[in-house]
Amino acid sequence: MSRITPKILPKIEIPRLPLLAIGLILATATLAHADDKISLLLKDHKFQPDRIEANAGVKIEITVKNEDSGADEFDSRDLKREKVIGGGKEGIILVGPLQPGEYHFQGEYHAQTAQGVLVVK
Amino acid sequence: MLAASIIVFREVLEAVLVIGIVLAATRQVAGSRRMVGFGVLTGVTGALLMALFADVLATQFEGTGQDVFNACAMIIAVGMLAWHNIWMTKHGRELATNMANVGSDVSQGSKPLRVLGVVVAIAVLREGGETILFLWGVATSNSTAQMIEGFSIGLGAGIVMGAGIYFGLLRIPSRYLFGVTSWLITLLAAGMAAQAVTFLSAAGLIDVIDTPVWDTSSILSEDSIVGRMMHTLTGYMDRPNSVQLIAWTLTVLIIASSTRLVRSTRQAL
Repeated sequence: MSRITPKILPKIEIPRLPLLAIGLILATATLAHADDKISLLLKDHKFQPDRIEANAGVKIEITVKNEDSGADEFDSRDLKREKVIGGGKEGIILVGPLQPGEYHFQGEYHAQTAQGVLVVK
Repeated sequence: MLAASIIVFREVLEAVLVIGIVLAATRQVAGSRRMVGFGVLTGVTGALLMALFADVLATQFEGTGQDVFNACAMIIAVGMLAWHNIWMTKHGRELATNMANVGSDVSQGSKPLRVLGVVVAIAVLREGGETILFLWGVATSNSTAQMIEGFSIGLGAGIVMGAGIYFGLLRIPSRYLFGVTSWLITLLAAGMAAQAVTFLSAAGLIDVIDTPVWDTSSILSEDSIVGRMMHTLTGYMDRPNSVQLIAWTLTVLIIASSTRLVRSTRQAL
């Protein structure tokens, strides 16, 4: 404790550590390899298909193509994912490795109809 | 259209709570309101730009641009909150005692204020972009009137919540207020650190085996309004994985121990 003199502390400027962390992130930002790739559509505010399957213990890449004109948000508390997908655009959601079970997801902006489930076996 | 207002409310909740806490924490620092206002303005401008260029952002880093952006924003905010807490521990007392000399401390206080201005801007920016995209969707697929209704009711309710926490904090006797806001900011930062873990794994940058350490979603779901508030205020997670818990704990330990260190070295002088 005696090594840290009060002189050192005022020199702490706008945090460099987070900036360094971000630099590292950007430097290593490449697509992770997904073992299971799944594609689904969002059309008329419904997922097609609304039930998808994947393997347990592997990384999963879900590509959602939003064929509606407006944006929607792929939202899943079970998967801890939230991603806005613009109208006519595609979004990629990376999840896993997961344990076997059912993971629900929804299009948050049209949650009455846009519901789906990922079954992991 | 109640559904739209609820979505807007949920989106703005985190930002208004952050603003409420920051305003209460810096109440005695000259120029703090202006800096918070500046943070909000910057955040809203950034959110508009983000909504406009959402497609560009989404296609960066092979489709994980949003997640990389969110992870970076969260890490910056955590660093800034930690820095603020340490700085305030060192200088807070001087700022408070010199309050009589109006304006003399503006330069003294401007540094942590800039830092908190950035935190406010990030909080507004992050959910703001999504809110704008959502409202735009309501306006095109439903009607402009419904869009305005959803926006004003949702934002209005959010502002009421933010005002609630601000005035609630001000009821705390001023000699305890500094301690309370320090802890709130520490917990806020810890919750953000845990969230950064999720964004990093969503971006595919780290591998997190997402096995929940506990599951309290049936008692207090993170999806509920109260759950969301607790999530922002304390970092509450209904199904945390071990990496999120480590990030939360480490952040609390690092901020708490470094502020303690600063306080003890200051008292030793």
